[in-house]
Amino acid sequence: MSEQDPLSKGAEARQPPLPRPETPSGIRLPEFITRDGAEVPGQFPFTRGIFKNGYRGRLWTFRQYSGFGSAEETNERYKFLLANGSSGLSVALDLPTQCGYDPDDVMAMGEVGKVGVSLFSLAEAETVFSGLDLAKISTSFTINGTAAIIYAMYVAVADKTGVPRSALTGTVQNDILKEYVARGTWIFPVRPSMRLVADTILFSNDNTPRFNPISIAGAHVRDAGATAVEEMGYTLANGLAYVDELLRHKGDANSFAQRLSFFFYVHMDFLEEIAKFRAGRRLWAKLLKERYSITDPKALMFRFGVVCGGSSLTGSQPYNNISRVALETMAAVLGGAQSIFTCAYDEAYQIPTEFSAEIALRTQQIVAYESGISKTVDPLGGSYLIEWLTDEMENEISKVMRQLDDYGGVERAIEDGYPQLRIAERALERKKKKDSGETVVVGENYFVNDNETGADYGEVFKSDPSAESRIRSRLVALREARDNARVVKSLDALEAAARTSGTNVMPLLIECCHAYATVGEMVARLKSCWGEFSEPIRL
Amino acid sequence: MQKLLGKRIIIAKPGLDGHDAGAKIIALTLRDAGANVIYTGLRKTPEYIARVVIDEDADALGLSILSGSHNALVAATIDKLRKFGGEDIKVFVGGTIPAADHEALRQLGVVAIYTAEMKLDQVVASLEEHLG
Repeated sequence: MSEQDPLSKGAEARQPPLPRPETPSGIRLPEFITRDGAEVPGQFPFTRGIFKNGYRGRLWTFRQYSGFGSAEETNERYKFLLANGSSGLSVALDLPTQCGYDPDDVMAMGEVGKVGVSLFSLAEAETVFSGLDLAKISTSFTINGTAAIIYAMYVAVADKTGVPRSALTGTVQNDILKEYVARGTWIFPVRPSMRLVADTILFSNDNTPRFNPISIAGAHVRDAGATAVEEMGYTLANGLAYVDELLRHKGDANSFAQRLSFFFYVHMDFLEEIAKFRAGRRLWAKLLKERYSITDPKALMFRFGVVCGGSSLTGSQPYNNISRVALETMAAVLGGAQSIFTCAYDEAYQIPTEFSAEIALRTQQIVAYESGISKTVDPLGGSYLIEWLTDEMENEISKVMRQLDDYGGVERAIEDGYPQLRIAERALERKKKKDSGETVVVGENYFVNDNETGADYGEVFKSDPSAESRIRSRLVALREARDNARVVKSLDALEAAARTSGTNVMPLLIECCHAYATVGEMVARLKSCWGEFSEPIRL
Repeated sequence: MQKLLGKRIIIAKPGLDGHDAGAKIIALTLRDAGANVIYTGLRKTPEYIARVVIDEDADALGLSILSGSHNALVAATIDKLRKFGGEDIKVFVGGTIPAADHEALRQLGVVAIYTAEMKLDQVVASLEEHLG
């Protein structure tokens, strides 16, 4: 994503200079401060950051809200963003695409085109990216259960438009483990799902080396109820599970570990959030070095993006959320995030308006260009409290990881519903503490303005009631127009590969996409080989 | 505190939305209030949910929906419930439900709509009232 501002137009869109490394009084700030023998930024174990010069050479990436709708509307929105200086796109997909159902499936009823665009076949993707040069844009897909298919589709769009695969940049979230724990768009059982993740990462390593094939996410687990310690603990444990799987597929850890990146929430406890990131960065580097003897420093670097806001925001007195997001953004910067998404103040109860989305971006810009906290690297490093809290967090995070190990590992724990149950209990605890007033939420359970009428839900989801039937008719037309013999042949080949361990299914999925097989058809074939995840329900 | 003692309540997630924290919080809360609670898990069809309600001889059904698809899914579930003879079962809804849609849901027969800001005690008291 770009650091440019898609909301500004014309002359206002010019980029400000990076903050000067001095205070307003003229005191020069060194790159970083340390003392003899103490840790420095940019060196193992990276507690103080993965880069020696921190944000001095380059600020973090500013991610911005982007809308959704039909393939055509999405395409128009992207063209607008690109014309206004953005170089990165963020694609939200509807739930049927995320769960592997075609728009005419009974399971898709009422959900087609609702929370994102429907990409049921390559034809839709061609419309979404029509007129855009994939070599010049970075595209981030929030996709997990069908990540391998959507990634294959993106590669197929590149093939069809003459863009070399090696030029593709972007990200697929592709973190299936946390889907079982918190987000819920799982499809297959855990084992074959892990194979799919490994296939995408290894294929990407060889074919699209600038594309991020996974973003290991703690964010959803956190927003669902987990503490900061559990968020980091579950996420690092999932990260190690992916490393183990890749090694089973004979991947080279020094190479593929460079492709792993992470994604977290920042909520309100300022110091704990900062310590969480410092502790996570150090622990990840240590674990990779100790367990797998990884030597390449780049492979040990813990790169992460964050979302500020989420369930820390309130529906009551929503303008207070602007202050919350500003504090959270500062915690993310002091924790050393590589990219930041700031929630709009009204996100707790509606789709952000252009006005609220602009304030969210401006909040980041104020932290970046006015607060001065990015002028020197890890400015809190060496603070008695922060260093102590970082150590404490590391210990507690390790304990959470040990509990999962004792359970028999992440996969076993998920199949048994253990982390799912822990998170539900935490969510209840969090809610009870708010209800009782033990947790203070300004404007919600204390300092309540009695004159406030309460937030009304505005436009919760942009949706056009006729979208579902229009998308369905396009599916019908596609089935008529395509070469159905080629579709069947490609699906047969996919199924054969899925039944054979040791064959990477990515080339087969790409051929299915080229043949205009639908997401639902590909998923159905894979289900016939692998079955479906059976959700453990423990309460 | 056993305000819902002996009541049989089904908590269900229709549609494809995977956000189940709210559904689980409510399930645990109602159980703590004495109710016999069954949580269906994710991605259940209206027909499946209605069958569970009838088979379990439930007094109430709570539907949790955060994907914006509540109007279609609630209507379909209530329709199936009626077909299976469960017209007297109290249906309540939770999730991200815009105020503009509340009236339409009530017209369908929904007795209560609970959103995230409501205190759990209020939810229990409200259900106690509806279930008598």
